[in-house]
Amino acid sequence: MGRKPNETPEIPDDMFTPASPGIVTKAETSAAPLTFWQEAWRRLRKNKGALAGLITIVFLIVVSLIGPLFNEYSYSQQDLVRSNLPPKIAGLEWLGFDGTRSSGENTYEERGITANAWFGTDEFGRDLWTRLWKATQVSLFIGVVAAFLDLLIGVVYGGISAFYGGRLDNVMQRIIEVLVGIPNLIVIILFILIFEPGILSIILAMIITGWVGMARVVRGQILQLKGQEFILAARTLGTSNGKLIWKHLFPNVMGPIIITVMFTIPSAIFFEAFLSFIGLGLQPPLASLGVLIEDGYQSMRFFSYKLIFPAIVISALMISFNLLADGLRDALDPKMRR
Amino acid sequence: MEKILSVENLHVSFYSDGGEIAAVRGVSFDVNKGETLAIVGESGSGKSVTAKTLMKLLPKQNSIIKQGDVKYGGKNLVQLTNRDMEKLRGSEISMVFQDPMTSLNPTMTIGKQVMEGLKRHRTMSKKTAYTRTVELLELVGIPDPGERINQYPHQFSGGMRQRVVIAMALACNPKMLIADEPTTALDVTIQAQILELMKELQKKFQTAIILITHDLGVVANMAQRVAVMYAGEIMESGTLDEIFYQPKHPYTWGLLSSMPKLHADRSLPLTPIPGTPPDLSHLPEGCPFAPRCQYALKVCHQYEPGKTKVSTTHTVSCWLEDERAPKVKKPEGIGGMQRGRQSKIAGS
Amino acid sequence: MRNYFLSRLGYMLVTLLIIVTATFFFMQLLPGTPFNNPEKLTEQQLLSLNEKYGLDKPIALQYFIYLGNLLQFDLGLSFQYEGRTVESIIGSRIGPSALIGLQAVVFGTAAGLLLGMISALKHNSFLDYTSVFIAVLGMSVPSFVFAALMQYYLGVKLQWLPAALWRGWEYTIMPSLALSVMVIATVARFIRTEMLEVLGQDYVVTARAKGLTEKAVIVKHVVRNALIPVVTMLGPLTVGIMTGTLVIEKIFAVPGLGEQFTLSIMVNDYSVIMGITLFYSSLFILVVMIVDILYGVLDPRISLKGEG
Repeated sequence: MGRKPNETPEIPDDMFTPASPGIVTKAETSAAPLTFWQEAWRRLRKNKGALAGLITIVFLIVVSLIGPLFNEYSYSQQDLVRSNLPPKIAGLEWLGFDGTRSSGENTYEERGITANAWFGTDEFGRDLWTRLWKATQVSLFIGVVAAFLDLLIGVVYGGISAFYGGRLDNVMQRIIEVLVGIPNLIVIILFILIFEPGILSIILAMIITGWVGMARVVRGQILQLKGQEFILAARTLGTSNGKLIWKHLFPNVMGPIIITVMFTIPSAIFFEAFLSFIGLGLQPPLASLGVLIEDGYQSMRFFSYKLIFPAIVISALMISFNLLADGLRDALDPKMRR
Repeated sequence: MEKILSVENLHVSFYSDGGEIAAVRGVSFDVNKGETLAIVGESGSGKSVTAKTLMKLLPKQNSIIKQGDVKYGGKNLVQLTNRDMEKLRGSEISMVFQDPMTSLNPTMTIGKQVMEGLKRHRTMSKKTAYTRTVELLELVGIPDPGERINQYPHQFSGGMRQRVVIAMALACNPKMLIADEPTTALDVTIQAQILELMKELQKKFQTAIILITHDLGVVANMAQRVAVMYAGEIMESGTLDEIFYQPKHPYTWGLLSSMPKLHADRSLPLTPIPGTPPDLSHLPEGCPFAPRCQYALKVCHQYEPGKTKVSTTHTVSCWLEDERAPKVKKPEGIGGMQRGRQSKIAGS
Repeated sequence: MRNYFLSRLGYMLVTLLIIVTATFFFMQLLPGTPFNNPEKLTEQQLLSLNEKYGLDKPIALQYFIYLGNLLQFDLGLSFQYEGRTVESIIGSRIGPSALIGLQAVVFGTAAGLLLGMISALKHNSFLDYTSVFIAVLGMSVPSFVFAALMQYYLGVKLQWLPAALWRGWEYTIMPSLALSVMVIATVARFIRTEMLEVLGQDYVVTARAKGLTEKAVIVKHVVRNALIPVVTMLGPLTVGIMTGTLVIEKIFAVPGLGEQFTLSIMVNDYSVIMGITLFYSSLFILVVMIVDILYGVLDPRISLKGEG
């Protein structure tokens, strides 16, 4: 036999005795596995875009709430002496906040005005700083409420459809299929034409067709979960249907619901701005970002500042929501979570 | 015996969020012309990674061949450029994959998919390529090849698809075929047919096969030589008879005793190997199998064993082979059974 | 396949009927009268106008008359433009909208595909992150904000391109570009996801194992399979373009359907609003149906199922 023992001289002979059984037991057990939400949060934190989006959203919400308190002007207070003032901020003149018009003249000096309008004023002399943050509040409010109502209707409809199944599900799905075929833009415009434009009618117009997406997501998720064993187990134990929905199914469909909501908010904000821009939005003196953009667009040639600030805010808001929603989808989507 | 491929001290790592994962750690083996080498192991033992490394098909973004050589026909595949490697793939070395349901392009007719390789490596007219493809499909046992050639993968059953995959792999008469769990995804009866087909074609074309599998039944049916992998290392390698009749490594013992046998005493229970394979990003010190090994010595938990040659063909990595180790008898019921098959290379 | 086609057609007709009905009855609820300067009209004139437009008949009757006319592609008379039919107004307005819409779709799809493919092939590289960010930007910034800013900087300040109006091809550039931003972003994101998905498929490894060159693998296997689902984007893209034209034609003073629509809303020209609504809805439904059929043709796995 050509057997050659592997002699490594430094190994002492006494090591060649059976190891105590204690060592044999556990191969490895790393730290306790993370829960679904912990894992999702960990993933979200690693996504720089989503994090930046989240921070920007929080920042804009806070500023929109406290911003109007920083000066004495209200969003609706007119003052024709102060009309069309370009933005001026003491100390930020080098950034362009120096009170000069695009033509080069300084309106403040011409009129002898001392009180600065940080983001300028509109043609009625309303302070645009205050109006901008008020408008941000309104746009966010519309977005959040519309998304919430979509959620409510969608979860109930999708939940009932999936949970009871059978013919009821069939009928409800046919209804959805017809609704999906109708371009929501048309419905929204017709709705606004009939009812006076206002915060409430805009929100209602958006949820008329908006809930369909949510209902589909919820139904799909529930159908997927329905066949799983823990639901069967709960059923066998005599859990009532209502309890099953809220205690067992609901926590499991949370992920996709959150993602859908996060995509609904920016689309609602967009639709509001869109309606305002084609003249179907809020009525003055109420302001939304869309209203401000429309006003700014009208006088963009001579007073471009009126367009730029609301344009920046709505873009930042939309980008942030989309980045956050993307990040949440990556973090929460069970398909990606291998 | 003509050696056509030799792998020396191959190390392959992956990089992920959790750090480096050493999937293959110092693997060496040879493949001879016309023979079948089986690489056996549990899932996660690095056998598939080894196979893909030979073809250099690992994803470039997160994997790296850390060291080692893969010698084939006077070339070192590890150092080959992408372009040269492309010329080799499919013409000299081919591969058959595990799941025929996903390994065919769903939107391309199977004829086109088979022809692609032919056109790439052999200069032939469209017509000859077509005729050759029909021949190939017939060869792998697809009925009505003239008709089926224009159909899409979803129109084939799993077994038929695997036949198509084999036809694709053999299109250019490669010298070597790497079969990565070729029958795992198939029904048992289909499995046997596919294995028969592979054996038949091997005989016809003198193709060497590297068979990656976890199924010892498949190994017994197909292979002449066997390498047992665990945690990215080869624990024991030898001829089929050496591994089945004179296994030396406790892991091989474990594998064998967890395999059902036709003629064995049915009253004896199958014994699974306790525990799970180690986490390749946090390997224990010493022998990777030690934590699961009921014969482990103190030394096993601290030092990796070297290779011991049991015979010219039989190598094992285990401290039990050391002179100072206590003599351990392999458990009852392993090896010994008659398989009605003559050993070709007896242990010296 | 035929059953599937028929059931799709059925849905399409039901949806259309619902839209027609809803539009018709919504219009009845609208405030104001549909006529020019109604305060200047005498009682007698109003009555005769009502009679002329059939507004004196019961609503149910009006509805069926309307349905009957629709079947003959008769959308009625405009309340605003004396003596002009709605279909002739739509006909005269469709050209510019179709032109900028098509230009936006063609350019946007091409640019989007390029961006998305580069992104997927250079996954997790700086190039990838850049194009993903561009796509998010394009999705997020409302088209009218983009259009207004572009008009101000490129048209008014730099004067590189005509700021508005419709007097030649160069006047179509800015509206088409503004419309295409959304298309680029949507297509780029979509194709990136699809490509990454396909790149992870086993059959791509099989193709590589055959020894195909990397280029052949990408072109013949990855891109081809990733492109098939892109046709499903046509539906959402149509909606996006329609939404976009409403505001962008207003901004750039393009004499298209979108501008007519916003104009008609302002002056309560009900029959034109209704006509354009129906036109848009039918277009959308038609596109969705074409997509369904096209998808079945392109993906061999679907054509065989033949189920509705």
